[in-house]
Amino acid sequence: MTVPLSAYVLVSLLLFVLGGLGVLVRRTALIVFMSIELMLNSVNLAFLTFARMHGDLSGQLVAFFVLVVAAVEVVVGLAMLVSLFRAHRTVDVDEMDLLRG
Amino acid sequence: MEWTVVGIVALPLAGAVANGLLGGRLGARAVSGIGCLVVLGAFGLGVVGFRELALASPEAALRAALGEWIVSGDFRVAWELKLDRLAAVMVLVVTGVGFLIHVYSVGYMHGDEAYSRYFTYLNLFVASMLLLVLGGNLLVFFVGWELVGLCSYLLIGFWFERPSAAAAGRKAFVTNRIGDAAFLLGICLLAVTLGTLEFDGLQKRLPQAPPAALTAAALLLFAGATGKSAQLPLYVWLPDAMEGPTPVSALIHAATMVTAGVYMVARLWPLYVASGVLPVVAAVGGFTALFAATVAVAQTDLKRILAYSTISQIGYMFLGLGAGSGVAGMFHLTTHAFFKALLFLSAGSVMHALHGLIDVRRLGGLSRAMPFTAASFLVGAVSLSGIPPLAGFFSKEHILTAAHARGLTALWTVGVLTAGITALYITRAALLTFADPPADPARRPHEAPPVMRWPMGVLLVLSAVGGFLGAKALGAPFDRFLLPVFEQEPAPVPEHGASGDLTLALASVGAALGGIAVGWIAYRGRRMPELGALGRVLSRQWYVEDLYQTVLVHPARALALFWARVVDLQWIDGAANGLAAVVGALGAGVRRWQTGYVRQYAAWFLAGTVLAVGYWLLR
Amino acid sequence: MESVLFVVAAALSLVGGVGVVTARAPVHSALSLLVVLVSLAVLYLTLLAEFVAVLQVIVYAGAILVLFLFVIMLLHAHNPELRPSSGPGRIHRAVAGVCGGALVALVAFAVLRELRGAAEAPVAAGFGTPQSVGRELFTTFVLPFELAGVLLLVGIVAGIVLGKAPERRAPERTEGRPEEVRLSRSGR
Repeated sequence: MTVPLSAYVLVSLLLFVLGGLGVLVRRTALIVFMSIELMLNSVNLAFLTFARMHGDLSGQLVAFFVLVVAAVEVVVGLAMLVSLFRAHRTVDVDEMDLLRG
Repeated sequence: MEWTVVGIVALPLAGAVANGLLGGRLGARAVSGIGCLVVLGAFGLGVVGFRELALASPEAALRAALGEWIVSGDFRVAWELKLDRLAAVMVLVVTGVGFLIHVYSVGYMHGDEAYSRYFTYLNLFVASMLLLVLGGNLLVFFVGWELVGLCSYLLIGFWFERPSAAAAGRKAFVTNRIGDAAFLLGICLLAVTLGTLEFDGLQKRLPQAPPAALTAAALLLFAGATGKSAQLPLYVWLPDAMEGPTPVSALIHAATMVTAGVYMVARLWPLYVASGVLPVVAAVGGFTALFAATVAVAQTDLKRILAYSTISQIGYMFLGLGAGSGVAGMFHLTTHAFFKALLFLSAGSVMHALHGLIDVRRLGGLSRAMPFTAASFLVGAVSLSGIPPLAGFFSKEHILTAAHARGLTALWTVGVLTAGITALYITRAALLTFADPPADPARRPHEAPPVMRWPMGVLLVLSAVGGFLGAKALGAPFDRFLLPVFEQEPAPVPEHGASGDLTLALASVGAALGGIAVGWIAYRGRRMPELGALGRVLSRQWYVEDLYQTVLVHPARALALFWARVVDLQWIDGAANGLAAVVGALGAGVRRWQTGYVRQYAAWFLAGTVLAVGYWLLR
Repeated sequence: MESVLFVVAAALSLVGGVGVVTARAPVHSALSLLVVLVSLAVLYLTLLAEFVAVLQVIVYAGAILVLFLFVIMLLHAHNPELRPSSGPGRIHRAVAGVCGGALVALVAFAVLRELRGAAEAPVAAGFGTPQSVGRELFTTFVLPFELAGVLLLVGIVAGIVLGKAPERRAPERTEGRPEEVRLSRSGR
């Protein structure tokens, strides 16, 4: 029995929502970052599934670029996190409320 | 195109411009020279024009047209000047007396900081008055009318740092404005019904107009005249106008501007005759004369006495006109210019010597130290009282005779009575100012300098002998010159029959002598008897001003305060501020969503995404 | 055979995902992420995306995850979640749960409706191999490729600059500490 492609998409959906909930619920900045990575990966899975579905390589190329951008994003984000930590000795996301009006 | 006529107006105007623009840099000598000489030049041109007209036919006129102003279909108004016999008389009075007062001012205003501004305004006034006199149509006349009102405001409030002077200037302007509004309505009415505003054209088209319109127009114009010429009910500005420099009072508020209303009626004589408004004019004039004379008896400020005297005498002029004798009114205008200016200049001499003191209760004993001034005042006073053979007698007689001849017996009686009161108040003024004992024996006043005495001397002579111009015994050249202008007089001034006229003359002279006697008895030795309740009423001008305050000024001020404090401050500002407050409140409300928590913002993202996706997927 | 592989890999990835989100310590979270990454790589293989699968392991699991671990070690901060928060509370959690549930329901519904009988398309040989992906990369997608290169450069520079320790400046004020950047308006 071949696996229906819709199953892949469902898995992707579940991983995405898991990641999203992680972003919303956790307060440790690092864990939030990792939840974001989880979401990115779920999106990659979806793109690859559709590539297979349509026989179009573009989907794989997109996943490739997502990968690249994710790498850069992690670098910059973690650098910022480190610098913030040095200044304030905290990684609690709720402590950073300068946008408060 | 008669350049003489243009020059009469242009010279003083040029003087005003020159002194106005360059006065600061020219120095007092040059300013005085320019100021006085341009008026003298205008007088010279006036004489030239007068001579030409005297030799020509009575209806002749010198004209100058300077271009079109309004051209609207058939209705045309041009910038035109016209010098006819009536205008010529006025021109001579205005420029002649004006020149004398300019010369006097050189002495009086000596050392004043705003010396050049004074002469600028004075020249501007003369130019405006001449524009009024020489205007060839009602609109040009009105331009001059308004301009003299402006100059009056500027000169009354000349020392504007004084609050009382500034307020007096405002009062004059506002009161005149009310009259001018009526005047403008009259002009419009004439324009609409007669289709023209030229004086010649008006005369021609009068028969075609509906009588009601003519009556209304004449009344409206006369209402304007009561403002400019300080008659009841718009006279209230003139006593306050004494805040201005005394030469200004002499020129503007005695000899010339205030006579503009009289000139206007004379100018529009055909209209006034046809409209039947002359009795109203006479009545207003007569009653104003009596009213003002009574008030003058109780005043303590010498200039105010003279101001009310002016109001009273102008009442006489209107009485003369209203009685059908334009010549009488104009003759009194001329003699009044002489003796009233003389009286004011004498008062100015006193003020000049005593540093502005003018309260008669504190004067006295000046005849020894200032004999020339005292003599001038005396001559002016006698002339004003109408004692022959001085000038005032002849002109007053013209008026009273005309009134009697027209059957206006009541007004004639009023005139005689007023003559008595006039003599009384001026005697009082003379005694309290010049007679012994002085209120302050230590004072050492000095006589006026020559530059001030020369003009007074000229006016003294004119006040003494000027009346002979109208003396029947000498052929009355004045009357003969002007009579053709008023050819439509309903009843020409009758030749003085022997007994009838003599009786009338005796009546008024007797009244005058009686007034002098009463004044002498009451005030000799500078006694100041208490007048009691009557005195209070008189000094408060029969409460006319108080009435105006209550009925007009207070409600107007209350209304203004309402608009300022309630409507503007509370409602309009409140609305604007309220709007701002609402916006602020909204902002404060919305601000509660800006918590700064990243997680919360992310939750909003998610919620929005769910909604968008839901909508899209379930469509 | 293929379906067994799928089920196992999918299940592992889901379990790892739950682990990432719920772990107490960041290190545990990172290790769970590793599980997810590898199981996803397996799934990519079943989808004929060999190149991407390998890249996933090398780059994601091998570089990015390692970087995460380094930073975790560097910031051995105390767990902030032990202290009460000043931020959004229970309502927030509820909202998040509801939204999450709603999203799952909606998309699942859509997927099952649209993609029920979706079948794989026939593909040429070499689908997903480095050669074919590379060919696409250097022809159709050459511009994004170049831009990605620039982006990587920028990221490197940013990482270096941001990660530098603050210099010990000579203090201009009387206190001895370097100037503090305000982080939170509410006080710390």
